[in-house]
Amino acid sequence: MGPDRAPPLLVVGYEHVAVTDRARRGGPMAAISTFFYRHPWAKLAALLLPAVLWLIVLYLGSIGGLLIYSFWSLAEFTGLIDRTLTLSTYQSLLEPANSDIVLRTLAMAAAVTIACSILAFPLAYYMARYATRRGRFVLYLAVLMPLWSSYLVRALAWRQILAREGVLYWALGKVGLDGVIDTLITAPVVGGASLIASKISLFIVFTYLWLPFMILPVEAALERVPGSFLEASSDLGARPWLTFRRIVLPLAKPGLIAGSIFTFSLTLGDFILPTMFGSSEFYLGQQVFTQIGVVGNTPLAAAFTFVAMAIMIVYLSIARRAGAFESL
Amino acid sequence: MSRARAGAGLGLRVASTLVMLFLYFPLAIIVVYAFTTQSSSFTFPPPGLTLDWFGVAFAREDMWEAFRLSLLVAAISTTVAITLGSLLAGAVYRTRFFGREALTFIVLLPIALPGIVTGIALRSTLSGLFDVSPGTFTIVIGHTTFCIVIVFNNVVARLRRLSPNVVEASADLGASGWQTFRHVLMPNLATALLAGGVLAFALSFDEIIVTTFTRGGDPTLPIWIFQKLFRPRNRPVTNVVALIAVTVTIVPVLLAQMLARSSDDAGTGMGAGATSARPRGAIPAE
Repeated sequence: MGPDRAPPLLVVGYEHVAVTDRARRGGPMAAISTFFYRHPWAKLAALLLPAVLWLIVLYLGSIGGLLIYSFWSLAEFTGLIDRTLTLSTYQSLLEPANSDIVLRTLAMAAAVTIACSILAFPLAYYMARYATRRGRFVLYLAVLMPLWSSYLVRALAWRQILAREGVLYWALGKVGLDGVIDTLITAPVVGGASLIASKISLFIVFTYLWLPFMILPVEAALERVPGSFLEASSDLGARPWLTFRRIVLPLAKPGLIAGSIFTFSLTLGDFILPTMFGSSEFYLGQQVFTQIGVVGNTPLAAAFTFVAMAIMIVYLSIARRAGAFESL
Repeated sequence: MSRARAGAGLGLRVASTLVMLFLYFPLAIIVVYAFTTQSSSFTFPPPGLTLDWFGVAFAREDMWEAFRLSLLVAAISTTVAITLGSLLAGAVYRTRFFGREALTFIVLLPIALPGIVTGIALRSTLSGLFDVSPGTFTIVIGHTTFCIVIVFNNVVARLRRLSPNVVEASADLGASGWQTFRHVLMPNLATALLAGGVLAFALSFDEIIVTTFTRGGDPTLPIWIFQKLFRPRNRPVTNVVALIAVTVTIVPVLLAQMLARSSDDAGTGMGAGATSARPRGAIPAE
């Protein structure tokens, strides 16, 4: 390499430095970034401000507005909102017609959560323990896809499945069991005028819709259970059932709780499904929708919403204590 | 290891397969009935198959209007959510300040609380107390609120795994703050932003609960489908539109997941499963 070749290389190097240097000195972007470098507090404020305005002022502010509504009441004769502070709206929640709605919704949410946990476990366990790395990703996508296809579309599918002329009756008819459904829907609490108009169908569709929300966190929790734990348990003489109950289940608990946050919360606030399935008995979300949209009783709708919120906040704080947030 | 990994028992295999079938069977039903020849009922098996409903659906201007509104709302909400969510992630990452924990909890609330809470709170406060007329603007406000957390989760997850040395190295080599952002941070965050953005878009496109409360007169696509649900005529049209709606969200989400897999933080962004695609122990403790 001749000596005449060396300088250009150096010059190129210098040029590069010179370019970056120019960019550093000039331009508004550079000025701003220098300002933020010198004032880290200003940088933090600038980063935080938009989201804080949105979440605190707009979102929490709106919830605050709703809270005010819940302490107003609907004047009985005029049907207008009386803007004097009162607890009468909350008192009316204790009327059987209203408290029944809350209890019915809670029962449904609990039943759906339990059903989701039971259904989620085998698939989650298979994914976490036996699937190869690639297979697990494929299964993960397969669980995720229904979650990201429209919720309404999947509910629509169930109306077509559970209809009298639909595939369920057809399939059971083929094996001569279609009478089972008709017997089932005459059952006292869960039954209804038809399969679609029964609580059974509402329960099935809720369970179906929220199932992926349970599978994913349970799988994530199970994935973290070291295989050696299970081996140690069996080496110490535990039968599979005992290992499951004493080792797997406790370690999967944060995942189950994390999943249940979704299954519970989503059931609690849904008002679309109870209009598509089930009897004329109301659920919490449906009652909120009717009170605000049809009756115009925003205070009562607000009070119901705060019942749902209170339930979820209690639930979330229990979940947090149980370490479920690490599984989220 | 060997015995436990040898293979799943028959019972587990059967149960897993059944759960998978349960998840996908309804989607298959939607496809089947988009082609049925019946106009007002869904007999199984369908008496005949036809492509006519696609023509009928595509000719409906009201469907396209709803479709365009959904696209518009999803596009704006996603853009705003990406901005707010990534700024917030940048603030929370490696900085301690008063209220930090509370803020990371509040950002989660719009999806942890029932959607109806966001919907009714925004409606009663914006329209009831401040006379903001409901319409595209209020729908966007509602959607952005629950989309922020999706972007936030994705970006925070990425930032946590990005070595702080990279940023320091960039500064040591003489880059300005802006240059570090432009040439070091952005390329590293790009796929996380894309994945978060796609998920936020999909969530907004399909949303119906918050939308019901915040919308004005014009329906979004899910509202349009819901309105058609109880009409007895031309029922398969709803299935055709449903197929369109599913395709619009599924395809980008699938691509985003594939893309994010290379960087191993493919999450739903909704919290659930955000960690499941990661290799064990890859997440440094905070």
